[in-house]
Amino acid sequence: MLQSKVATKLVVLASLLVAMVLRILPLPKEWFVYNPDWVLLFLIYWAIAIPERVGVGHAWCAGVSSDVLTGGMLGQHALAYSVVVFVCVKLHTRLRAYPLYQQVLPVFLLLLVNQLLIFWTQNIKGAHSTELIHWSPSLVGALVWPAIFTTLRRVRRHYNIA
Amino acid sequence: MKPLFTKRPSPNFGLAVCVFASLVLLACEQKALLTPFRELFASAIYPLQQLVNSPVQAARKFGEVFSSQAHLLDENEALRREQMLLKVKLLKFSALEQENLRLRGLLDTSFKLGEQVMIAELLAVNLVPYEQVVVVNKGSRFGAYPGQPVMDANGVVGQVLRVTPYSAEVILITDPNHAIPVQVNRNGLRTIAQGTGQIDKLSLPYLSSNADIQAGDLLVTSGMGGVFPQGYPVATVVADTGQGKVFAKFGAAPLAKLDRNRELLLVWNKPDPIPRVPGQVSTPKGGSADHAAK
Repeated sequence: MLQSKVATKLVVLASLLVAMVLRILPLPKEWFVYNPDWVLLFLIYWAIAIPERVGVGHAWCAGVSSDVLTGGMLGQHALAYSVVVFVCVKLHTRLRAYPLYQQVLPVFLLLLVNQLLIFWTQNIKGAHSTELIHWSPSLVGALVWPAIFTTLRRVRRHYNIA
Repeated sequence: MKPLFTKRPSPNFGLAVCVFASLVLLACEQKALLTPFRELFASAIYPLQQLVNSPVQAARKFGEVFSSQAHLLDENEALRREQMLLKVKLLKFSALEQENLRLRGLLDTSFKLGEQVMIAELLAVNLVPYEQVVVVNKGSRFGAYPGQPVMDANGVVGQVLRVTPYSAEVILITDPNHAIPVQVNRNGLRTIAQGTGQIDKLSLPYLSSNADIQAGDLLVTSGMGGVFPQGYPVATVVADTGQGKVFAKFGAAPLAKLDRNRELLLVWNKPDPIPRVPGQVSTPKGGSADHAAK
């Protein structure tokens, strides 16, 4: 029992580290604008799959790491991630029941909420762009969601995490 | 690792705590109280950045090893020619420098010359789109400090925003939150160049409509803020003439190759020598930040 608990933690932590690497991948400038928020996508998956183990507290910690990683203000990502993961934990039964392609829409909305919160906190600091392309990471994130879902589900089953 | 909420009372409670904690963090950040913590965190994150950087670096090394000899010879030849040209220019420059010092001595004004530089390499890491901050591989162990000016071979790049022992974040002059005091080289007109968020554009918002400025003018640092040493080239003025505008609006194009340089120069604006060996840091002098919060 204890063994599996530790294993769960390690797997979740490792997956989040991978997500952070994806987040700061040295893509060309034109592509980087579309790079979705991998950390949040992975968190959403874990919050839906094992809501008893991964909750708002974990999201907050991952958010602070994201803040440091992206050089933003401390607390921006922490706030947004906690709120989004809270919604996921609350609605996990419903989200699980949707077929994969239908999950894309709620995931898109959650990512938008995340970006909106970050945009809002960003505005404390100063002026920012409000171009439409600014929101494209949410769209790209929602489109890659099925791939993330199936990959992480395979990982979860492989390590017997329930 | 101990779980954050051992019994996990309810997500509602967790959310309340987390939102509160985030808001506290944001408030502290606003007052800049968290710098030591951030440095700690950033050092923890550094291995991750190195990990991301390593394949790129490996590819670069690989390319260097396998570039053909002919190519290397060509490059060598070109560099030698360029060095000769620069040396000739420098000959004249040192004479001029001496003359300048002598004249300034006659006028009884002090003029600082002789900045020291160190080359820092860019880590291949992306931070946030729309915020122009890059990471370099020299940190406080090499004596880098927040507010330190950063150049490349063509002009001013930006200034150091945060340092960790092994890396530093550099905010580019084109970041929307950055402003740099400049001077028109032709007539000494002083103004401030603000970042726009676009890599090839600076705005000049504080020009009066009858200011003596024209497209093609060179903007150099004026040394007013105390951060950037005087006289380094920053940008050239470009006219932004739209239809129906009576007066031309002026912007500026940065001279430094902000989006394609790999090596940057950290500049020390102080006389005592910088440590060549990491670790022997003589107390770095912190400059007042030009990094204006709007």
